[in-house]
Amino acid sequence: MRYTDDHEWIKADGDAFTIGITNHAQEALGDIVFVELPAVGDSFSKGDVMATVESVKAASDIYAPFDGEITAANEALADEPGTVNAAPTAGGWFVKMTATDTSQLDALLDQAAYDALID
Amino acid sequence: MIGIDVSEALKTVFYPLHQELGAQFTTFAGYDMPLRYPMGALDEHLHTRTAAGLFDVSHMGQIFLSAPDGVPAVMAALEALVPVDLLALKPGRQRYGLFTTPDGGVIDDLMVANLGDRVYMVVNAGCKAADMAHLQAHLQGVEFALHERALLALQGPKAVEALASLAPEVANMKFMDVREMTVGGADVIVARAGYTGEDGFEISLDNADAEAFARKLLAHEAVAPIGLVARDTLRLEAGLSLYGHELGLDMTPIESGIGWAINKARRAGGARQGGFPGAARILDEMANGAKRMLVAVTGETRAPVREGAQVFARAEGGEAIGHVTSGGFGPSLGGPCALALVDAGHDAERYYAEVRGRRLAMNRATLPFTPHNYAR
Repeated sequence: MRYTDDHEWIKADGDAFTIGITNHAQEALGDIVFVELPAVGDSFSKGDVMATVESVKAASDIYAPFDGEITAANEALADEPGTVNAAPTAGGWFVKMTATDTSQLDALLDQAAYDALID
Repeated sequence: MIGIDVSEALKTVFYPLHQELGAQFTTFAGYDMPLRYPMGALDEHLHTRTAAGLFDVSHMGQIFLSAPDGVPAVMAALEALVPVDLLALKPGRQRYGLFTTPDGGVIDDLMVANLGDRVYMVVNAGCKAADMAHLQAHLQGVEFALHERALLALQGPKAVEALASLAPEVANMKFMDVREMTVGGADVIVARAGYTGEDGFEISLDNADAEAFARKLLAHEAVAPIGLVARDTLRLEAGLSLYGHELGLDMTPIESGIGWAINKARRAGGARQGGFPGAARILDEMANGAKRMLVAVTGETRAPVREGAQVFARAEGGEAIGHVTSGGFGPSLGGPCALALVDAGHDAERYYAEVRGRRLAMNRATLPFTPHNYAR
């Protein structure tokens, strides 16, 4: 699993990558009540806002970690947004996305670097 | 520059207790206050609606006022600043009030209590300095001081059971009653009121007695500590105004939808009509309507609509007709709810709030969003 310094996790899944927010992020956000996800087929450039997560307190943007196209969105979060709190790196995933410029993957953090970031 | 952080936040007497309870903190009105505890804001909210929540509200301002001629003289002087029938406020009772400006704005909203031998007032944390300056400039013949005291709010259907376990006499108090009493050696001022829409109490006491008192309440099985996130969602569902959101210098009380706070005696035709700052404009708006009005709306989807969102009359096109003053997800309501200040010409059953470039349909609702549960 790789990470961004915006507290997203990225896991390779065949030709695409599954993306979600880290346990640290869900703890910081608190109870999540709504997740707005992109549509399958939407394209984003690295750093674009591609989703929004709303806690009881506030809305937070989720950024595209690299250039790519959405191949799946976790529709189950529409009815059960709390899954992001309960299982952020499993059932609480947000989207699956291709990477059109794989050189951008090199900029992602490994586990040790991410652990150091949140320490 | 010398490395002294002059902006360091103030702390209430309960700060070490909040730390011990695992609170996450935020700075609010200059104080380090608990945002939420390990229970989480959603469950804290629901716990308060079903059992009892304990809130540290010691950041709020507590002002005591007295005069040589007693409480009636204080109330008479205060009536020149507050559009409320304070002369009718009996010993042991409190009322909601406002400090208004000459052009009809609001400096602060507050509670005024008649303690028999003196008057007790609770004001917003962020307005303490402005309130004191206002009193110093305009209140004649009255001595007053801001006291550094602790203030706890115990709210929820089991609040009475929890507090009565320490002080049985609170059980026969009614909503907006205020009493001074001694509880376990601590002198406290107890008001049956709060900011959640639930039955409950606000308890004022010396800082020296505060932590031990809070621990006794927390030892009761129904009581859990509650942070500011849930305090805000609870008051929003209850339809209660928050200064800086639904109340401010640039809004009149009529626009804010709290005309009910202006008692009959102070209205046009009343025994002591007007006689408070901004009376001409405020009483005119009561009779003829204001330019803007506060409306309550709920969402059709789960997407919360937050403070500052522009409000439109139509799904497409047209200019904004107002903005959201407070909004979020109501845990008891199970969906989004918001208050919005809109042009009074747009009295409608449906509005559209712009969220991330899209207009979400919002349906007009009546306040409170969730029923009040007061001990009347």
